Amino acid sequence: MSPLTQRERVKIPRQRMPEQDAVVRRGNFNEVALGFTEELAIAEANRCLQCDRPYCVEGCPVEVLIPQFIRALREGDMVGAVAIMKVKNSLPAICGRVCPQEVQCEIRCVLARKGQPVAIGRLERFVGDYELAMRTCPLERKLPTGKKVAVVGTGPAGLTCAVDVAREGHAVTMFESLHAPGGVLVYGIPEFRLPKSVVHAEIDYAVECLGIEIRTDHVIGRTLTLSELLAEYDAVFLGTGAGLPSFMRIPGINYNGVMSANEFLTRVNLMKGYLFPEYDTPVKVGRKVAVIGAGNVAMDAARCALRLQTLQGKDGEVHIVYRRSRDEVPARAEEVHHAEEEGVIFDFLTNPVEIFGDEKGNVRGMRCIRMELGEPDASGRRSPRPVPGSEFDMEVDMVIFALGTSPNPLVFMDASGLERTKYGTVVVKDEETGRTTMPRVWAGGDVVTGAATVVSAMGAGKRAAADINRFLANEVTDW
Amino acid sequence: MYRILEKEVLSDVTKLMVVEAPHVARKAQAGQFVIVRIDEHGERIPLTIADYDQEAGTITLIFQEVGKSTMHLGTLQAGDTLATLAGPLGHPTEVANYGTVVCVGGGVGIAPIYPITRALKEASNYVISIIGARTRDLLFWEDRMRAVSDELIVCTDDGSYGRKALVTEPLKELLEARGPEIARVWAIGPAIMMKFVSLTTRPFNIPTIVSLNTIMIDGTGMCGGCRVLLEEGAQFVCVDGPEFDGHKVDWDNLLARLAFYREEERLAVEHWEHECRLEGVLKEQGGA
Repeated sequence: MSPLTQRERVKIPRQRMPEQDAVVRRGNFNEVALGFTEELAIAEANRCLQCDRPYCVEGCPVEVLIPQFIRALREGDMVGAVAIMKVKNSLPAICGRVCPQEVQCEIRCVLARKGQPVAIGRLERFVGDYELAMRTCPLERKLPTGKKVAVVGTGPAGLTCAVDVAREGHAVTMFESLHAPGGVLVYGIPEFRLPKSVVHAEIDYAVECLGIEIRTDHVIGRTLTLSELLAEYDAVFLGTGAGLPSFMRIPGINYNGVMSANEFLTRVNLMKGYLFPEYDTPVKVGRKVAVIGAGNVAMDAARCALRLQTLQGKDGEVHIVYRRSRDEVPARAEEVHHAEEEGVIFDFLTNPVEIFGDEKGNVRGMRCIRMELGEPDASGRRSPRPVPGSEFDMEVDMVIFALGTSPNPLVFMDASGLERTKYGTVVVKDEETGRTTMPRVWAGGDVVTGAATVVSAMGAGKRAAADINRFLANEVTDW
Repeated sequence: MYRILEKEVLSDVTKLMVVEAPHVARKAQAGQFVIVRIDEHGERIPLTIADYDQEAGTITLIFQEVGKSTMHLGTLQAGDTLATLAGPLGHPTEVANYGTVVCVGGGVGIAPIYPITRALKEASNYVISIIGARTRDLLFWEDRMRAVSDELIVCTDDGSYGRKALVTEPLKELLEARGPEIARVWAIGPAIMMKFVSLTTRPFNIPTIVSLNTIMIDGTGMCGGCRVLLEEGAQFVCVDGPEFDGHKVDWDNLLARLAFYREEERLAVEHWEHECRLEGVLKEQGGA
């Protein structure tokens, strides 16, 4: 069979991702997107035009060699595809599931002009899942250098940094405050979007290959301080994320049934509350739930609430209450689409002003005000302002705040000399290196940027690792 | 995994465990707590540190069996292990020489008040302690408390041991008789006891420190489930506390929040007892 011509490739339609039916999946926590079969993957890979100048790679925070891995894939060379993927990305099964590809690699694909970019993310996931099953291409490690590196936080930034530093032969110890590694990948992102078995398998695989030690139950700032780490390690990377939840400053936030998305999602995901009482941690869900905010975390919370309503036999509603309009929704397009398919109701241009409780201290309602959009603000989005006199009451019995998070300050105990912004994020002197104002301390991910995406944190971890490797090899000595 | 080295039964429902945890012991101070998880299915339980031994690398935990998790924990023996032990968490007690101080421990709260009392004594305070429980069987560590107190008052609600009184009664008498000399009061026990201790000391305007044990998940500032309303707004018990000025706490809100999962707690106990019975049946069948 002769190879396809470019014209033939353009004619192949974008392959659909097999998915669990929207009605069925409301009643379980199983993965929604089922993954490409080999046939679908090769058909999709055949759509790639192998551009001389691959714009897609420019959109990827970790610069995955996209055309090369797709080429290997369509030639049926799975091992080659895995090997090429791992040059830049050691966590493809995770990235393929949670990266916002539509605004990164896929938006730059030449086929995107016709609205049908190559499904790069789905192909990445296919390669990642293949490797987790087959383990064809273990990560390799250079001879031990005798240098020791501490990585604080085992989320996307920390994991990526740890892998790249360990590959150079440095001894890496990772510190995790919770009982399981993965950070937001395990406590935040739900099972139906990112199965925990995938997270654990991908982390275990990388860690085993490279001899990385993970110490769970270590709360840096309390169990050990940054100064103590600096005394024992040659370099320290802070990838502690943004774990501190925000609440609105309105009356009534302490009624029972009002909680942060972090609490709700941690109960569901990390503690497996949806399996209560098989698992000990309970999670309640209301009949009428309002999730405040419209980011990925809000979508995750809303979709978890829907599933719990079904599982707990509560006929109900889940609302996303968002002060801006649909055009400003920050969540990944696929998550909004899935949430709508599953029945989440979107209340745009709406903002809470007060929460009401009953005599037992349980939430029973929420007063909101209508908003309208004014001029663009500093973020470039049109800023919302209240419409006078437009208050109205919503009957709700659960309110979940998903308003963004800031860095947990615990890690900064005994870390004077580490400069931070007024938002609590760590100041890095240069984004390309991730160096902080404290010698031998690097930082990256949400702890620097505030809440962002998994892959941007991975990119920061990768850049910091490269600089740590240069620093430990004495290629650069000044700070 | 963290090994349980010793277990002591202080009463039918009160157990003491010495657990191997060098990473916690080397930093532990009076007033701090840990998060414990029994096994892969377990919840994260906040427990105040009752004692610690840096050299041995151990901490002592004392808990009362009030729900599924603590009942389960109570079945573990020396040699068994815990899946999670994270800490030390929270701010340590601000120990200084205040002059004369009163330490009140109620029920299982006697465990966490002990290291605070000892630290205050070591800081040369004149320490008056009051310990109390519902009934004699629930009292423990009277000897230890006596050893670190200049005066000790023991009471039980039912009069089965010591004075028949709630801890607030001798406290009130003390404040009336010697109020001006008392610089500070610490109180640890059930929320309702801490509320009434705070109400008792308020008219005398004596700073009163309480240690709150609210519902927590991670215990590190991430979930906000532990938030408590103070006069100045909501704060997180896990990172801003666990000690707070008892006069500023919105006790009714705290008590309502503590009751929020009561139905689930009941279900969990039922499920646990059912499982235990099943295991018993299986063991009998296996033995037959």
